[in-house]
Amino acid sequence: MRRWLAGGWLLLLLSVPLWMHDQYLLHVLIVTGIFIIAAMSLNLLLGYTGQLSLGHVAFFGIGAYTSALVSLGFEIDIFGYPVVHEPWPELAGFAIGTALAGLCGYAIGRLSFKVRGAYFVIVTISFAEVMRLVALNWVELTQGPAALTNISPFKFAFPGIGSFTFWSKTSNYYLVLGSALLAYAIIKRIVESRIGRAMIALKENEPLALSLGIDVTRYLVLAAVVSAALAGAAGSLYAHYIRIIDPSIFLFIYTVTMVIMVITGGKGTLAGPVVGGVIFGFLPVIVRSFAAPELQWILYGALMIAIVVLLPEGIVPAVERWIANRGPNSARPSDVLADHS
Amino acid sequence: MTGTSQRPVALEVEHVVVRFDGLVAIADLAFRVGEGEIVGLIGPNGAGKTTAFNVITGFLRPTEGRVLYRGTPLGGLKPHQIAALGLVRTFQRTSVFQTRTVLDNVLTALHRRGSAGLWDALLRLPRGAVEERRLGEQAQELLHLVGLERRAGERAGVLSYGDQRLLGVALALAAQPSMLLLDEPVSGMNATETSRLMKLLADIRGLGTTILLVEHDMRMVMGACERVIVLNYGRIIAEGTPASIQSDPEVIRAYLGQKAKHA
Repeated sequence: MRRWLAGGWLLLLLSVPLWMHDQYLLHVLIVTGIFIIAAMSLNLLLGYTGQLSLGHVAFFGIGAYTSALVSLGFEIDIFGYPVVHEPWPELAGFAIGTALAGLCGYAIGRLSFKVRGAYFVIVTISFAEVMRLVALNWVELTQGPAALTNISPFKFAFPGIGSFTFWSKTSNYYLVLGSALLAYAIIKRIVESRIGRAMIALKENEPLALSLGIDVTRYLVLAAVVSAALAGAAGSLYAHYIRIIDPSIFLFIYTVTMVIMVITGGKGTLAGPVVGGVIFGFLPVIVRSFAAPELQWILYGALMIAIVVLLPEGIVPAVERWIANRGPNSARPSDVLADHS
Repeated sequence: MTGTSQRPVALEVEHVVVRFDGLVAIADLAFRVGEGEIVGLIGPNGAGKTTAFNVITGFLRPTEGRVLYRGTPLGGLKPHQIAALGLVRTFQRTSVFQTRTVLDNVLTALHRRGSAGLWDALLRLPRGAVEERRLGEQAQELLHLVGLERRAGERAGVLSYGDQRLLGVALALAAQPSMLLLDEPVSGMNATETSRLMKLLADIRGLGTTILLVEHDMRMVMGACERVIVLNYGRIIAEGTPASIQSDPEVIRAYLGQKAKHA
């Protein structure tokens, strides 16, 4: 049953460009998809290990800037020594951007065991803000507020056959869809494994996890690295799709958007960030068609508060419970909750 | 010291002192537990029993003194490293992973019996699948041991208090202890649940596991332990067999506040 449902969803997603000819809506779908990848990566950290990082956009921005700069090339002066980087292929930018974001995730993960709770939240916010200031003021490298422009779209080269460049919206849609499915699979496999159980143990009861011999530091750092790398990959996709990035990519509001997607959809569930991401990615578009800008924000905020108040666990756990409680033959709610897939 | 002379020593607590900003929680604690022994640590509220547990298992650093397990000094080791040496504890209040199923609880606790890492998980390597199957079997065995196999699919949080305590013991056993430290295992349990746990402890001892238990329930301690150590105000006031402890005037005074008739 579940398998059929998943197959149906996949077919629907694959067929979207065939029946949706509105290029603007397709653009919204692509950007939403990229943000869903970022929200899924945040969910690994927030939903499964229980650590709230309010600087998650930093990894997204680091991935975007690194990937753009690697593919554009740059010329800078470091302490009087000129450093010249010739443009590299976009895929190299993607790989290096993802790796560098993962490395920053390692540093933040190590740090989170020294500073906990509110202090960790403040440190992560500051980290994102420092990144924004670097992007704004290191003009030689990042062009500062003038933005990095003319970023090339992704290009897959097949030796002997030719190459494919992702110019069209349709091709970018499939690129983002493929990436999102891959990110989903990576997170699913991690959280359903032995290391995923260790991560959840840290969230649920840290002293108990320690007393059972689980080295929680190690699994928190691992979650932070994977989470940051996935966010960096999403940032790289964004940079090569939008093809222009400026320091506002590091704004706090983007982290908040990701947190809202995760919390409303259901943190600690695989489908949660996807559901939350679709709702809050499309809501502005739907509301814009009939409401004035002031009213848009009021509606946006009201819906968010309504979801958090009425469904504190998020939409996905609430729906799962509702389905489970419907028929006498259906599974017990506990069984459904245990299987988040 | 009674009871330890014939056996090799498992746990040694050497002159441990714990002070919290001038408040003395443990004044001077020294005792030994032999391999395979079952020892009770008792005393009135605030005597320092749980503090002693926290020091032994690395959750609290002693102000002075040291603890050795099988000859290894535990100073500076983190709780998960001490657990890896085979010294595993339970907690006073219910300690299970509340929102996970009973089976997932045990699978989580079997962590150290597996070795699958990130790549096994991501690539679904056959090695990982074999390991998961083995861990699943071991989890079923442990659930059978504590009598919770029929509850495997339920959330741990919905189990009765007594069943949660049993699950807590199963989790500790999953970590393969050579010595088990139980913090008030029967507090809040009814008579049926207590007798079930007593039987379980007897089974665990049968496997050769050393047990140190902190307990309020005097009947339970007197029935289950070979040797009893009595703490009051952070120091040992008596030590010996249950029978000798029961008639010890110091102990009676500590518990009942009576003036001892003879010194």
